[in-house]
Amino acid sequence: MGALSLRGLSKAFAGNAVLNGISLDAEPGEFIALVGPSGCGKSTLLRILAGLDHADAGEILVGGKDMSNVAAADRNIAMVFQSYALYPHLTASQNIAVPLAMKRLSRAQRLPLIGAWLPGQGEIRAGIARDVREMAGLLKIDHLLDRKPGQMSGGQRQRVALARAMVRHPSIFLMDEPLSNLDANLRVHARGEIVELHRRAGVPTLYVTHDQAEALSMADRVAVMIGGHLLQLATPETIYNDPTHIEVARFVGQPRINILQAIAENGRVDFEGMRLALLEKVANGPISLGIRPEFVKLSPSGRSGVAGRIERLEFLGSEIIAHCRLGVSGDSVIAKLAPQEAKDLIGGMPVGILLAPEQAMVFGPEGRRLRIAEVAGARQEPAYV
Amino acid sequence: MTGIHAGRIVRFALLSLGALLILAPYIFMISTAGKTQSDIFTAALSLIPQHVYFAENFAKALDKVPMATLLWNGVAVCGLIFFFQVAVAIPCAYAMAKLKFRAARAMMVLVMLGLLVPIHATALPLYVAFDKLSLLNSYVALVAPFTISVFAIFMFLQFFRAMPDDLIHAARLDGMSELGIVARVIVPNAWPAVTAFAIFSVVAHWNDLYWPLIVISKQAYATPPLGLMYFRAAEAGDDYGALMAATLIITLPLVVAFLLAQKRFVEGITMTGLKG
Amino acid sequence: MSSVALAGNVLSTAALRARSEDRTAWLLALPAIVLLFLFVLLPVIAVIFLGFTDFELGYGKFRIVGFENYAHLITDRTFRKSLWNTTLYTAMVAPVSIALGLGVALLIEGELRARAFFRTVYFLPVASLIVAMATVWQYIFHPTIGPLNALLSLVGIPGPNWLGASNTVLYSLSIIGVWQSVGFNMVLFLAGLTAIPRELYAAAEVDGAKSALDRFFLVTWPMLGPTTLFVVTISITNAVKVFETVKMLTDGGPNKASEVLLFTIYQEGFVYMRVGYASAMTVVFLAILVVLMFLQYRVLDRRVHYT
Repeated sequence: MGALSLRGLSKAFAGNAVLNGISLDAEPGEFIALVGPSGCGKSTLLRILAGLDHADAGEILVGGKDMSNVAAADRNIAMVFQSYALYPHLTASQNIAVPLAMKRLSRAQRLPLIGAWLPGQGEIRAGIARDVREMAGLLKIDHLLDRKPGQMSGGQRQRVALARAMVRHPSIFLMDEPLSNLDANLRVHARGEIVELHRRAGVPTLYVTHDQAEALSMADRVAVMIGGHLLQLATPETIYNDPTHIEVARFVGQPRINILQAIAENGRVDFEGMRLALLEKVANGPISLGIRPEFVKLSPSGRSGVAGRIERLEFLGSEIIAHCRLGVSGDSVIAKLAPQEAKDLIGGMPVGILLAPEQAMVFGPEGRRLRIAEVAGARQEPAYV
Repeated sequence: MTGIHAGRIVRFALLSLGALLILAPYIFMISTAGKTQSDIFTAALSLIPQHVYFAENFAKALDKVPMATLLWNGVAVCGLIFFFQVAVAIPCAYAMAKLKFRAARAMMVLVMLGLLVPIHATALPLYVAFDKLSLLNSYVALVAPFTISVFAIFMFLQFFRAMPDDLIHAARLDGMSELGIVARVIVPNAWPAVTAFAIFSVVAHWNDLYWPLIVISKQAYATPPLGLMYFRAAEAGDDYGALMAATLIITLPLVVAFLLAQKRFVEGITMTGLKG
Repeated sequence: MSSVALAGNVLSTAALRARSEDRTAWLLALPAIVLLFLFVLLPVIAVIFLGFTDFELGYGKFRIVGFENYAHLITDRTFRKSLWNTTLYTAMVAPVSIALGLGVALLIEGELRARAFFRTVYFLPVASLIVAMATVWQYIFHPTIGPLNALLSLVGIPGPNWLGASNTVLYSLSIIGVWQSVGFNMVLFLAGLTAIPRELYAAAEVDGAKSALDRFFLVTWPMLGPTTLFVVTISITNAVKVFETVKMLTDGGPNKASEVLLFTIYQEGFVYMRVGYASAMTVVFLAILVVLMFLQYRVLDRRVHYT
């Protein structure tokens, strides 16, 4: 039993399924990134976890306790919103104090004006102020405490939002694209900070993002959601190197994986001299062959590989992206090359395109990954036939 | 779940009760307009008239009130006021918002001061002036003081400021004159602001009693509120049947316009309201 | 050398352009400026000036009397009564119509199905000819044949002479005033409510604001600040400007119990033709508006705008 377990969560809005039986277990202190294209249901899942929406089916267990019928306010789940959702009329310190005030002060003590005169609230307020200062110190926002959100930069607001979420030591931490409103430089910097803060707090964290690079770089495990389905939940390395579904392979990695159309025949795939024997039985017919751009090499002499042409070269400094087209099939293929590999290449020239067969992935017609039994180069008979 | 349900029922009940109170005058207006004099005196609370007397009451109202003249005056006065207000305010607001206008700051001060001054404050000297110029009892007297609306300038100014400068730069590069830009780029794009202001302006001037009461003393130039006042004074008594019939006829045009275009009405009032 | 000359040229064409743009701006603004002087600025100056004269319409000559009019105003029982009545009327209509407007807006905001219907109903009085609706209210308030007193007698309460008795007339007028302005305030509050970001409510819920009341105090009320300020200002100004219902229904009576500021000015200036004296009253009226505006901009504005 993990710290947080989701069991078959489903949700539909006006007949459209947004979540289809999502199940997931988070270990104590684990950082899980929920990643997927916009509209895949990841934010809905987060809102259901927070108690802001209700699932049509399924259950949420926190430390083994069912949360489905617990109000958002009582779940002790903290959330950082995409827009930060700071109260614009309150200073940073007042913003951070809100969750503590809600928890520690009685309703009468919270009343505007009158509340400040009720007995017993002085000590509580002093305690809240102490906790707020401590949290501000941790996040290095001491100098901002008297400012209102309108007087802060995006990065500062994001820190205040983090402080507000962390100050009450929640049992689960939810973050909904907290970095998407920051500029590119700040975003990369903030990734490291959030990971660091998460390590200190040691609370299971679900982090929603549409940026696959963010997910891969920050998370212990990445959950890829597409079309309301949780397609794969695994470590970043596994997600990248060993995707179980074509959509996962497509979504993760920049530039995107090359997908080539091929035909399976009697459990074998032949593609431009590459021969793969499949471990699983598959009906004869079209399948997809995936190969990541870094496993595509180009031979300027054209003596080896499949004949093709470079359409365009993209210079990115440390690497060069070559957009190519295969001569026979007309498929487009992208190669990611080191600068020295590309120094003899020019746009428009004919090249030999080498696809590393041992790095190829095969996906069935419905997108499921098909395991390969044996790989062969040109003209080699598969062993098991 | 039941808690939420009960809350919804309470909310619906409260809203319905309030709505009933708001609608009560309309209900009594319609019901009384169909009652005979004796019904009115004996059965105030029965909403359905015992003797249906609508035709007679309406005939009496239409006979005593020159309805066509009133409505025509109302439409003409509101239409003229609106036309001049927009024609004067849009170029001015454009100059203040988008041109290098050295007097823009001074103009802004004038506009803000103008926002403070209602017709009630300027009515005395204006009345004296119109009297000296023998312009009382004329459309000029009804329309002229309202041809300038600082509120319109203010509203269009806000609207134009939000318009991208590039739109105007592009028009200039295309060789348009400044007046051409106002007519062919600014006005078509200012349409939401113009409709919003139209609703605000028409509602305000259709309802206005103060100024017409001061400058008009002849039935021929009376606007709807003034006409209704004349009718009530003339028919003083307690002939509420005919009075309600007249009230109904005179209220109807704006209410119908509102019901037909209520989304625009609410938007218009909101827009003019929040920016004011 | 040539580059310096060129720069000079560029500069002067830029200056020329700016000057021509300035001239165009003047031209475009000219009608507005002329009319603004003619119908706003000059009349205001004239009213202030007339306030220091004994000008009466119909008499050719007038003389400057200094502060005599103002001195007279202080002791004028009708004027003092009128100021007091206007204050009372405003003190009743403004708070009640603001509170009801906010209440209705909050109720409608949460309503899903009948939302459009209720909004239409509550807004209806704003789109109705107030002069006409005043006569309907006169019928409703009628002491003997009016439905309100008929209703009250059903439960055994003797109804008052609503518009005809000096102790009830101001309340009756206030009821009409509230009826007329609740919808207007509601629409403004609704616009303010829709402008509040949904995420703030979500944040409040996650932060532990369990009840609707908690969320109202944490999010709704502070976020409505600018709207509320505007609604308060406009409600007060509109209440101070009450005229139509008084003119239609009571003519200031009975026994001056419903004399209000604008009605008194109207009587003095346009019925008794004492323009000088009425101008002094108008200056007082203008001063009240200026003070209200000043309060809005200086005192309250800082507290409700957060960015």
